[in-house]
Amino acid sequence: MSQRPVTTESAPVRLLLIGAAILVLSLFLLLPLAAVFVEAFRKGWEVFLASLHDEAALSAIKLTLIAAGISVPLNTLFGVSAAWLVTKFRFKGRSLLVSLIDLPFAVSPVIAGLVWVLLFGAKGWFGPWLDAHDIKIIFAMPGIVIATVFVTFPFVARELIPLMETQGSDQEEAAVTLGANGWHVFFRVTLPNIKWGLLYGVLLCNARAMGEFGAVSVVSGHIRGETNTLPLHVEVLYNEYQFSAAFACATLLAFLALITLGMKSAVEHFTGHSTKGH
Amino acid sequence: MGFSITYLSLIILIPLAALFLKAARLGAAQWWEILTSERMIAAAKLTFGASAAAAAVSTVLGLLVTWVLVRYRFPGRRLLDAMVDLPFALPTAVAGITLTAIYAPNGWIGETLAKWGIQAAYTPLGVFIALTFIGFPFVVRTLQPVMEDFGSEYEEAAATLGAGRWTVFRRVIFPMFIPALITGFTLAFARAIGEYGSVIFISGNLPMKTEILPLLVVSQLEQFNYEAAAVIAAGMLIVSFVMLFLINLLQRRLNWQNR
Repeated sequence: MSQRPVTTESAPVRLLLIGAAILVLSLFLLLPLAAVFVEAFRKGWEVFLASLHDEAALSAIKLTLIAAGISVPLNTLFGVSAAWLVTKFRFKGRSLLVSLIDLPFAVSPVIAGLVWVLLFGAKGWFGPWLDAHDIKIIFAMPGIVIATVFVTFPFVARELIPLMETQGSDQEEAAVTLGANGWHVFFRVTLPNIKWGLLYGVLLCNARAMGEFGAVSVVSGHIRGETNTLPLHVEVLYNEYQFSAAFACATLLAFLALITLGMKSAVEHFTGHSTKGH
Repeated sequence: MGFSITYLSLIILIPLAALFLKAARLGAAQWWEILTSERMIAAAKLTFGASAAAAAVSTVLGLLVTWVLVRYRFPGRRLLDAMVDLPFALPTAVAGITLTAIYAPNGWIGETLAKWGIQAAYTPLGVFIALTFIGFPFVVRTLQPVMEDFGSEYEEAAATLGAGRWTVFRRVIFPMFIPALITGFTLAFARAIGEYGSVIFISGNLPMKTEILPLLVVSQLEQFNYEAAAVIAAGMLIVSFVMLFLINLLQRRLNWQNR
């Protein structure tokens, strides 16, 4: 009989623990995912397709794409410049800045919507002025976009800061010594080093932008065909007891989640190290 | 640098400052009245109670799952590892309706529970289930890097000294993971307090019974009680910030210890 290493458990204990973990994960994570698809197809393909072809659904998809299309590039730009600032330079208030970047993670989505209503809503600070100039922000598209920008704010910076921290700035300094200017250094040296982390940050940012519910729900006003994003459309259908249609639209969002997870595994595979965090 | 700071101020700082200013417009007496109303206290009890219970269960389940993912090699391990992030990636509204479908009295799990006389959906138990789903990945992803870096020399030393496997786990391994478990618990708890989308479908939203704090903020807003909404929100934010501060403090101490 071979002796097992002292740093592991006996085979039965191992199997028991693995079994328990698989049970937890399947009951807890796989079952809900499966339920989305089962419920969506409960009334067959035709209802499924009709729910996605519905005019309100299409306009919700369009609005979701617009909101993500604006907030993701903006926050990517911010994320890269903030990470660059924080990791390549030393200055007063640096660690305060890092904490501030993380702030939206600590804010409930509902509050992330509320702050914009307090600023731009009918009874908000800029409300009367906006009203006088006939500009609509709350209960309109601009409100949805800024609420999305708020909640997706930290994702790219959050991925890049630890990555760029470990890389240091030796390579950049070498490039400068060889006569490269700022932009050259960024595009030729820094960007190739951070591309996988950046891609993953952008993916997470996008997943949250398209899936955000609480914040946009507060600022949207739920005007059908106008200010409903895809998650809000799911809610409206669900509350109208159109369960199959609600789940059909939810499958699109579940697909988005699966693609994000798949890409995450791929990025980890390519880089050979794990991307931990939110 | 100018761009980063201007953008940060415009998007994050000014709106949050506006919230606190709005709440500060009311006097202390009105704050007290809003924060101690019966409905508010019921919502706060449910939110903090269910969040703490959910974070605790997430911590236990997270420890088990992380241990298995880090320590053992078995087919499908990578897939399971990837699945852990599902609650991060799945939009909260989708999580909300699908959990409701499963735990409703005619759902896959709800049906079995109903036979034992347990109703999950539309009760505080449902709120707890949704919050556990949301908080679980925080624990795993906090604990995982710590467990991966944990060398086997301490275990070997303990075994050499004649300790059994269970004793080694209890006396040597587990104490090393306590800080990470506390951090994971706090992250899950902080997230659960603010969680909205995944809860409102399964909770049923009965005032005094299954109404959570974020929902109370929304309902105040819908009645145009902006000040009351701002006060409740400010209270929630203060709790979150204090918890984040404590996590930072804990992590700074850990980094210092590991040096």
